Amino acid sequence: MESGFKYRDVISITDFNRKDLELLFDRANTLEQYSKSRLRLLENKVMALAFFEPSTRTRMSFETAMKRLGGSTIGFTSEEAISIAKGETLGDTIRMLDAYSDIIVIRHRLEGAAKYAAEVASVPVINGGDGKQHHPTQAMIDLYTIWRIKGGIDGLTYGVLGDLKYARTSASFTLALGLFRPKKIYLISHPLLKMRENVKRYLRSRGIEFEEVERADDVIEELDVLYVTRIQKERFPDPSEYEKVKGTYIVNMRLISKAKSDMIILHPLPRTEEIDRKIDTTPHAAYFKQARWGVPIRMALLTLIFDVEV
Amino acid sequence: MSKELIVSKIRNGTVIDHIPAGKALTVLRILGITGREGVMVAIVMNVDSKKLGRKDIVKIENRELTAKETDMIALIAPTATINIIRDFMVIEKRKVVVPSVVKGLLKCPNPTCVTRIEPIETVFETISTNPLILRCVYCGSELGLEEVETQLVSSIT
Repeated sequence: MESGFKYRDVISITDFNRKDLELLFDRANTLEQYSKSRLRLLENKVMALAFFEPSTRTRMSFETAMKRLGGSTIGFTSEEAISIAKGETLGDTIRMLDAYSDIIVIRHRLEGAAKYAAEVASVPVINGGDGKQHHPTQAMIDLYTIWRIKGGIDGLTYGVLGDLKYARTSASFTLALGLFRPKKIYLISHPLLKMRENVKRYLRSRGIEFEEVERADDVIEELDVLYVTRIQKERFPDPSEYEKVKGTYIVNMRLISKAKSDMIILHPLPRTEEIDRKIDTTPHAAYFKQARWGVPIRMALLTLIFDVEV
Repeated sequence: MSKELIVSKIRNGTVIDHIPAGKALTVLRILGITGREGVMVAIVMNVDSKKLGRKDIVKIENRELTAKETDMIALIAPTATINIIRDFMVIEKRKVVVPSVVKGLLKCPNPTCVTRIEPIETVFETISTNPLILRCVYCGSELGLEEVETQLVSSIT
């Protein structure tokens, strides 16, 4: 069967549909057992990792996925990007990588950089995070984690907590839910960090029920999945305002004592203090599994893009 | 049609009719018309209109609008009709159409959009015409009517 991934760019999660993602999840499920192996499926392929912005998890999990599939990687980190560019335009840097490689993964501080790179390059481009906008492969991992633990995405009640305005992970996760039939989504944030209008417009266009609330306490009992992102102090014009509100958005034992026993907590990591470490050892903590599944999901994505049978 | 014309007919040029009331001056600014060009320009504002209730009309002598100018007018005055006049006769009637894609005309308001840093032509998709909402295809930022008007006017003057 021909998938929707074949030689496609991966710029936004909304470039794909539910069927595509379910195929991806099935493939990732098969590949989980090989996530410590060395396969030979992409032996002749080279991946270019163009990380103009710092990243450890995304970059290393793409690199691991490619190497586990037998491929190789070239690329640069954010520090090296400065000297590589030497004032060169992004378009020219991408043209160089396009000539050297079979696929490009890009992370960049500017929104739209991945889309532009995809227009310039002839090989597929994967968005590893563009500014505040998208992080589609993280959303794939997030939904896979729910699919694996809960057996599906539909019919569940979700809470998305933290920085909904500037965090690309919470935006991509919410957009991804719009491809399925969640029962309800609670967007939980400080009024200064409310979800961006274009994401809400998308949910409305898909007929997804959602509600914006300020306190996790008010909705925790209803949730099946709580997605947490970090709130950055620098987002607040007044640091004292941050100090006042940060406690409201910390997930601790007191908060989850009111939650359903099988409610799971996701976090794209890295986390700072927004999830109390005591939660790590409870059955609610799904974020370490989520991080681990970054490799099989990216392996699955690469095999689908390169159209190789597993 | 009224029997008495408020302003006289023009021999050659363009009549932009059905402009939303109060927008005539913005239309002129977008067209870069200051009044110092020496051509006859007639502005009629807030007159009765069957279609719109109230409307503005602009008549410009010796000027036919380009496609780009028509697009710009469509964005801020989507109800406008454009009549091209030659020798006192209407030789062409155009209804403006809000373009589904606006290329190169507007700047993205998001300072960290890739189009603000890299040498790329901006592209906006029209996601709603009433109210006007344009979305940058690169960064997803949205532009409303007010911002579009400000940009179009300041790009000319």
